[in-house]
Amino acid sequence: MSNLNIQKIRNDFPILSQQVYKKPLVYFDNGATTQKPQVVIDEELKIYTHENSNIHRGVHYLSEQLTQRYEDARKVVQKFINAPHDHEVIFTSGTTESINTIAFSFGEKYIHEGDEIIISTLEHHANIVPWQMLCERKNAVLKVIPVNEKGELLVGEYEKLISTKTKIVAVNHVSNALGTVNDVKRIIEIAHQYDIPVLIDGAQSVQHGKVDVQELDCDFFVFSGHKIYGPNGIGVLYGKEKWLNQMPPFMTGGEMIKKVTFEKTTFNELPFKFEAGTPNYVAAIGLAKAIDYIQNVGLENISTYEKELLDYATQKLEAIEGLKIVGTAKEKVSVISFNLENIHHYDAGMVIDKMGIAVRTGHHCAEPLMQRFNIEGTIRASFSFYNTKEEVDKLCDAISTVKQMFG
Amino acid sequence: MTLNERQDEIIEEFSIFDDWMDKYNYLIELSKDLPEIDPKYKTQQYLIEGCQSKVWLYADLEGDKVRYSADSDAIITKGIAALLIRVLDNQKPEDILNNELYFLDDIGLQQNLSPTRSNGLLAMVKQMKLYAMAYNAKLKKEE
Repeated sequence: MSNLNIQKIRNDFPILSQQVYKKPLVYFDNGATTQKPQVVIDEELKIYTHENSNIHRGVHYLSEQLTQRYEDARKVVQKFINAPHDHEVIFTSGTTESINTIAFSFGEKYIHEGDEIIISTLEHHANIVPWQMLCERKNAVLKVIPVNEKGELLVGEYEKLISTKTKIVAVNHVSNALGTVNDVKRIIEIAHQYDIPVLIDGAQSVQHGKVDVQELDCDFFVFSGHKIYGPNGIGVLYGKEKWLNQMPPFMTGGEMIKKVTFEKTTFNELPFKFEAGTPNYVAAIGLAKAIDYIQNVGLENISTYEKELLDYATQKLEAIEGLKIVGTAKEKVSVISFNLENIHHYDAGMVIDKMGIAVRTGHHCAEPLMQRFNIEGTIRASFSFYNTKEEVDKLCDAISTVKQMFG
Repeated sequence: MTLNERQDEIIEEFSIFDDWMDKYNYLIELSKDLPEIDPKYKTQQYLIEGCQSKVWLYADLEGDKVRYSADSDAIITKGIAALLIRVLDNQKPEDILNNELYFLDDIGLQQNLSPTRSNGLLAMVKQMKLYAMAYNAKLKKEE
């Protein structure tokens, strides 16, 4: 049993106390974005009210103060994922920009005609399309690790895909659509036997438990601020410096240069080389605040409680006749994707919404995965540590209503 | 009945519902009453793909009026499609083009036509108007 005081935690999130359609809001769309604790909202407001100034540029008081806070935020992220150096932590706008940066920059340097890139069936479009585009530009080949019926990656098949032409492996830590936790440590170990670097998309993992990039030994690790109780418009790209130093900049502009003449430009050092233009320093500092917040709650506590919720919800939902859970991996985070027999997920979602419950329906930006399971989409409930078992019961009641209406 | 008289009739019908569930139950009923689309039009060619649900739409000219038929894989979408057809079917193309569709807003279903809903309905309305435009041009040519 977890020892979190959920009611107290809920009070930290002002949005949770509201009503929608005259019913108490039940927010089960945490996989799409998480809600923000008051401390994060206050932090951003405070910066705009008292501290705003562009960073790294001014010699004046405000600029120096905020530059320091931005760099402190980088150190908070560094510690959070246990990166060896703070200059290996690059702020981006989110996971999507992080992956695009790596696909472009790593691709420019290391991918040539006939080379191979390995991704998996579980990927979000953001970890498919940038590699597809790269393959088109370079005439390279995309290889895909298959999954079993439970939605688990077939590691044996992955090993077979590796060849002398494999240049990078890019897989998610946790599937956004099914909640599967992938054995990325094993995936990385295997790739490293052949000196192949691995990118881990951590957009759906960092909010659920402790991540240590040195323990994983991943070459790149990316995630978004807004899915970890932080602000929108901020994300992280961690990369080992041995790669980042070799890779060319993705975007160019201010701050990332060392010297510009019309004949030649030399680039700044890490991390600035990959942070062209004015970064979203307000959100970066907000993200550091969010990380502080969840570390205070405790990632262990979060994992334990969310697992409790997942087990409770899985048991309750499985008992509903005609309900089929899609994705039954042994290792899962608190995400449940399901379908109701002979009922379209959109119809179900429309009715569940009107009961005040926010779930997501559709293909979850993972169309190839839906094709693998021969479905158009699912209804997805994704739980956070601020959700309760009583809320899960409300979802079950709503599903009964859906079944009555469309059955 | 004119196009706007049909819209007003629907608004009148929906005015008795004060609960969302009643509205949805009514849409479910309407979906069942929607005449089936000829299977030969339930193909990729006539498919309007939304992110969430699919809509098939076919239109033909009968005399000087446009005849529509539609289907959807989601029942609520199909119910709203049935309402759109009730308003626009068997009307002159120029009436379809010149009258604003206000009933969905009035009965509180406008959110189903927002671009982010991606249920195919917004594209369906657009496609219905495009058919009307094409048939309008055809009729003008024949005059």
